[in-house]
Order: sequence, then C-alpha cells, then structure tokens
Amino acid sequence: MLDFLDPTFIFDRAIPYLNQGLLMSLGLIVPASLIGGFIGVVMGVLRVFGSPWIRRSVDSIVAVIRGVPLTVQLMILYFGLPSVPGLKIYLSPYAAALIGFIVCTASYQSEYVRGTLLSIRQGQIKAAQALGMTRWQTIRSVIVPQAIRRALPGCGNEIIYLVKYSSLAYIVTCIELTGEAKILVSRTFRPTEVYLIAACYYLVMVSAATWLLARLEKALAIPGFGVQK
Amino acid sequence: MNARPNDTPILRAEHFTKYLSGRKILDDCSISIYPGDVKVLIGPSGAGKSTFLQCINCLLEPDEGEIWLGDRKVDVRNTRELCELRQHVGMIFQDFNLFDHLSAEDNVALAPRKVRGMNKQEALKRAHAELRRVGLEDKARLYPAELSGGQKQRVAIARALAMDPTVLLLDEPTSALDPELVGEVLTVIRDLASHGMPMIMVTHQMEFAQAVATEILFMEQGRVIEQGSPDELLAPGSQTRTQDFCVRLHDLCGGEAAAQE
Repeated sequence: MLDFLDPTFIFDRAIPYLNQGLLMSLGLIVPASLIGGFIGVVMGVLRVFGSPWIRRSVDSIVAVIRGVPLTVQLMILYFGLPSVPGLKIYLSPYAAALIGFIVCTASYQSEYVRGTLLSIRQGQIKAAQALGMTRWQTIRSVIVPQAIRRALPGCGNEIIYLVKYSSLAYIVTCIELTGEAKILVSRTFRPTEVYLIAACYYLVMVSAATWLLARLEKALAIPGFGVQK
Repeated sequence: MNARPNDTPILRAEHFTKYLSGRKILDDCSISIYPGDVKVLIGPSGAGKSTFLQCINCLLEPDEGEIWLGDRKVDVRNTRELCELRQHVGMIFQDFNLFDHLSAEDNVALAPRKVRGMNKQEALKRAHAELRRVGLEDKARLYPAELSGGQKQRVAIARALAMDPTVLLLDEPTSALDPELVGEVLTVIRDLASHGMPMIMVTHQMEFAQAVATEILFMEQGRVIEQGSPDELLAPGSQTRTQDFCVRLHDLCGGEAAAQE
C-alpha cells in the first residue's frame, strides 16, 4: 500500500500537474467574470430602462438561462450546436465553456444589477432630467454608478459561484483544475491527495476573489455608500 | 412693481390640466413669468402646487396645456426641445436630490459637462464659482452624506445656477430642513431674487413670501383661485382666501411654538 499523504507524490507529481489545470481554470474565470459582469450590467439596464419589447426579450433570455442547468447548457453548446442542420457551429472546448460561463454569469449579474437599479430613488432621476440631461445620460452618469456600488456585494457573490461552477468545464473536455484532478486520479488511484489539493486550490481562489472584491468595494466607497470608512 | 413691460414673458405655462390615476390634480392653471418676477404658489396640501411646478418643466407631462419659452411654443414630445426647455428652467426640490455618489463640486459640474459639453476643468471652475456664490466653496470636495440639510440645498441651488437658467422653480425648498437651517437657504434665495432672478416658488414661509413675492397665487383643488400682489391679498381684513389661509397657518405654527415652550 502506498503511503497516505505522501509528500513526494504531492509535491513532485500532483501539484505540478494540477497547476496546469489551475491555469486553465483562471483562463476561464477571469475573462468570464469581467466580460460577464459587463454584459450583466448592460442586460440589467436594458431590463429596467429598455423599451417594452427589449425588456421582454432580455427577460426571456434570463428566464431560459436561469431555468436550465449549466451542465445541460454546456452540453448543448459543445455537443449540440455542431449537429444543428444548416448551422453547424463547432466550438473548441475552451470556447464552449467560456461562452457558457459568460452567458450564465451575465444573466445572474443582471438580476443583482436590476434590483439595485430599481432601488435608486426617483428624485435622482428627476434632478438629472430637470438639468436637461437625456435619458441615457441620466442612466450612465447618475443611475448606473450608484447602482453598481450597491450591487457589488451581490455581484461578488456571483463571482464566487463562478469560481466553483468553472469546475463543470471538464464535462465539455475543457480540462481545467477538476478535469486534471480526475485524470490524475484515474492514473494514480490517489483520490484523497489529489482532490484535497484541488479543494485547497479552489479555496485559495475564492479567498483571493473575496479579498479583491473587498478592495474594490473600498476603492469605490463614498460617504453614504458601501463600506463605511 | 406690477408695471409690465410690453414685451413677451420669459416663460408662459397656459391652461395646464393634469390627471393622476384618474383624479384631476390640475384644472386649467396658467402662469407667466416676466423678468424680475418672483411668483409664490401657496395653498393647502394636495392643492396641486407641486404638480403644477413639475408640469412647467415637464417632469410630469401635462395632459393639456402649452408651454411657451419667450415667443416660441415648446413641443414637449420633441426630446431636443424638452431638454432645451429644462436647461432654461432650473429646479430646486424639497428633498434636495443631490447626486449621492458625487462630491458637491461634481454635482454642480455634471450637467455643464454632459449637457453643454464643457470640459472637466472649465466645468469645475464654474462649479467653484457657483459654490462660492452660495457660500460653500470650502465644502466643494464633500459628499452629500457629509453635508447638513441647509448645505445640501445650497449645493442644489448652485447646481441649478450652473446651467444659467432663465427661470428657477423652487418646490418647498425649506420644508425638509431643521428650523435653524432655514435661514441660510432663504438668504441665498433672497439674494437671487434681489439680483433679478425670475422664480416660481412653492412655500409655506409666509413672511418670506410676503417679503420677496411680486405676486402670490393661491391654489385649492387644482385651481388658481386667487392671484395678486402680497399687499392686496394679505392686507388685514382683505377677506381673501389667501389671507384666511395665512392666518390659520400662522395660528397653527404659533400654537406649535407655544406647545414646545
């Protein structure tokens, strides 16, 4: 029987191997959270201030995305799209995973943003209009900057979820941290060590994200908003 | 004081009617403003004073009525004309409505930058000049949450002035203030009036109204039922609704003050 928690195995084999997976995970999480966050804000604004027609269509997109498990969405993107007649979209594993994550995280972010957009007092909007600002100037310069500050804790929560559901990417053969861990386990039959290390990696990523978000909140803090200095 | 120049008024709001959720809030109200006019709207709560004011710059769109800027009729459905009207008509709100995420100077500088396309430096220079005018230059970097009510309202006045309005609308500018802060705001408003800034003001500060108003409009149930100079309407024994209302208001406030003591 092999030694349990053998340091040679952990440091010489498991960690270098899993580091490759970590890089791929970060390659998914960082762009997905940035692009998804931006699209989420845009979708949130459209869902509150868009014309009725736009509002309804974005609402339906969100309803579908939130109503279907992410695993199924990823499978449709990767395995389903190539067999749509006349369309035949072939996505690389990385592209399929990234697109799936962006769409998913943007939908959830839009819900946080929508909530805080609705919480901005009517008086703020009236004041901007009374100064002669147009609707979009008001939204861009007055409403969104306030709403984002209020949405930050919720949006941070979604980013932390994203770190963890990035582990679904291996399902569409985009081999990230969890995928590498699975492969290593099947080769070495040492699930305890390998998965424990993977777990630690996720914990570190989530902690780093939490710390970064706290710094961002502090950087954007304004008296009367967010973190009290 | 009532001698009218023969030229056209700066701003005319004619025959405004407004329904809110099926109820008639405004019923054929008109007002016109000439240079140097300070018109005060008074009346019991629910009379439609604030609604009237908000219809004048179309924060609420009147169901019927016309707005004339000088000798030009404003088409309020046309976004460009509407924004232009609002640039000419500054508004001061009861609860200040400063942009909570911007410092005092940025509050004042925002509209000149976005609406008039001034660059940041120019706009801030203008903002400082306006803040100096209301005596708050030293608070330029503070955020609304760090200012007192009176200071917030003065920043709001500076913000409106930075757009060079031709008329100011003031919607109960001192009603949300602690009594000891009312004075500083009224001083600024009185100063503006004495420099000839045309204004329409909703207020319950009757002594102030009497001192600065060129005309008082008394509203009740959505109609302007009396209209005239303060001397005419408020003369003791003049038997007007306005005078009656003011006596009752005075009794009420006097009674309150006595109760506090």
